[in-house]
Amino acid sequence: MPFIPHTQDEIDAMLAVIGAPDIESLFDDIPAALRSGPLKTVPDALSEMQVGRLMQSRAAPDAGALNFIGAGAYEHHIPAAVWDIATRGEFYSAYTPYQAEASQGTLQLIYEFQTMLTGLTGLEVSNASLYDGASALAEAVLMAVRLNRKSRSRRVLVPASVHPAYRATAHAIVHAQGIELIELPIDPAVGRVDPAALAAYDAEDITALVVPQPNFYGVLEEVDALTDWAAAHNALLIAVVNPLTLAVLTPPGEWGAAGADIAVGDGQPLGAPLSSGGPYYGFMCTRMAHVRQMPGRLVGRSIDADGKPGFVLTLQAREQHIRRSKATSNICTNQGLVVTASTIHMAILGPDGLARVAAASYANTHALAEKLRPLGVEPVFAGDYFHEVALRLPVANAAPVLERMAAEGVLGGYELGRIGWPDAVLVCATETKTEEDLQRYVDTLARALRS
Amino acid sequence: MSDLKYTKSHEWVRDNGDGTFTVGITDHAQEQLGDLVFVETPEPGVQLNVGDACAVVESVKAASDVYAPVSGEVVTGNAALADTPELINQSAQEDGWLFTLKPADPAALTGLMSADEYAAYLALED
Repeated sequence: MPFIPHTQDEIDAMLAVIGAPDIESLFDDIPAALRSGPLKTVPDALSEMQVGRLMQSRAAPDAGALNFIGAGAYEHHIPAAVWDIATRGEFYSAYTPYQAEASQGTLQLIYEFQTMLTGLTGLEVSNASLYDGASALAEAVLMAVRLNRKSRSRRVLVPASVHPAYRATAHAIVHAQGIELIELPIDPAVGRVDPAALAAYDAEDITALVVPQPNFYGVLEEVDALTDWAAAHNALLIAVVNPLTLAVLTPPGEWGAAGADIAVGDGQPLGAPLSSGGPYYGFMCTRMAHVRQMPGRLVGRSIDADGKPGFVLTLQAREQHIRRSKATSNICTNQGLVVTASTIHMAILGPDGLARVAAASYANTHALAEKLRPLGVEPVFAGDYFHEVALRLPVANAAPVLERMAAEGVLGGYELGRIGWPDAVLVCATETKTEEDLQRYVDTLARALRS
Repeated sequence: MSDLKYTKSHEWVRDNGDGTFTVGITDHAQEQLGDLVFVETPEPGVQLNVGDACAVVESVKAASDVYAPVSGEVVTGNAALADTPELINQSAQEDGWLFTLKPADPAALTGLMSADEYAAYLALED
């Protein structure tokens, strides 16, 4: 039975009223070139039982393995209370505040989320979240182009050390608007941008500079020098950060003399399980001076007519339900439920707990890299790294080695061969890894290298 | 206000007599918008064609475009609006001006409405 409550008789009656011969004719205004037609790559429908079987078999390879892959999504311990509270009916069933001011609990939670994110980033305002880190970067680029009215070029420098998926997503979203993302090469010896390389753009009109911290290779960028270059060359500075690391690293708001203008990233490390890739959420923080161009929702605290405190959706005059085609963004939203979990997660851990998680992740990754040296495994880059490191294996091609490790239940890292380093893997050991886990990695890799 | 000319999209223009025009939104427009909280004026040097969206006035309810009443090059924006957008609510047709421009055609104002014509146009709209 179709879940469309219209019988053919009803459809015919409606078409007769508006004088259309058939439903297809209602789409005549859309040029044929824009119609997708039959989707050849989409397979036929499956029954509910078949889908269930398929999902279980697809999920099985992920279950039970010891995971050392980071590359943008990180395994962290999530206290049981986090999702127990987040999935209570009050949060779970009503997390989108359509009747905003009637949803005081949700608004208060988002307000607290924003407060925590501004604390982590060292910036003045945070929105209520975006889809994910990659689309948040795209939104930050669009925002920087709107903000930097002294720059006419719409050209944005994006280091090759920014997550490749983020770069691809940002390009897909902004290129049709005439915005050019220029790839800034990294110094292959250290794995980060050489600030001196920016001299090539000294005389050019650059709208914004993107700076990842830590970068995709886990390496720490020289953020102060990069931020100062941007400030001196009339370019806005967009920081792409892992929020967990901000518990111990200098927040973007304090980079260089001027600080970053916009900070974005993926909130997954703060309470969202890996879940084979999502749902995660993006965050965005900025300075008060830039707030009018920030996309998305923002919750503020106010007082009502009786002087009682209350929470309200503010800064929505440029949202799509009001400004339609001229909205600040037409893809922004907030990831209510994941943000709810994240807020609870941060509240339970507190600043000290987050700092301990970050420090333990840092220590475990460094300890693992040291343990691997006797196997002839060395960091690819000389630059300091945080809790993720690119390692060169003593083989020409790392992919089969990773496959052999996976066969033993150890996911040994992200294949850097996908982006041009065939003998290298990107390895991450968070606070979830024990001494035994690290040793199991070493032993498994030793066997995989021998066979 | 007899020296002002008006557009159907509720902008006013004043010929300053020195080769520049001043542009703002009408008192009627500010009344419709309500309390303004933010104003974005065009950058000096920007070339405008008549009808281009060139400024944004944001009230607590909506962000609305202001359209160029004539073609020309922007000379300067009203810097006072950055901190005191309410100037437009208080004095839309004097202190709350938005920007000045150097018109491409100094005779361009003849095509716009006079104060009386604008008043008649508003009466028709209501």
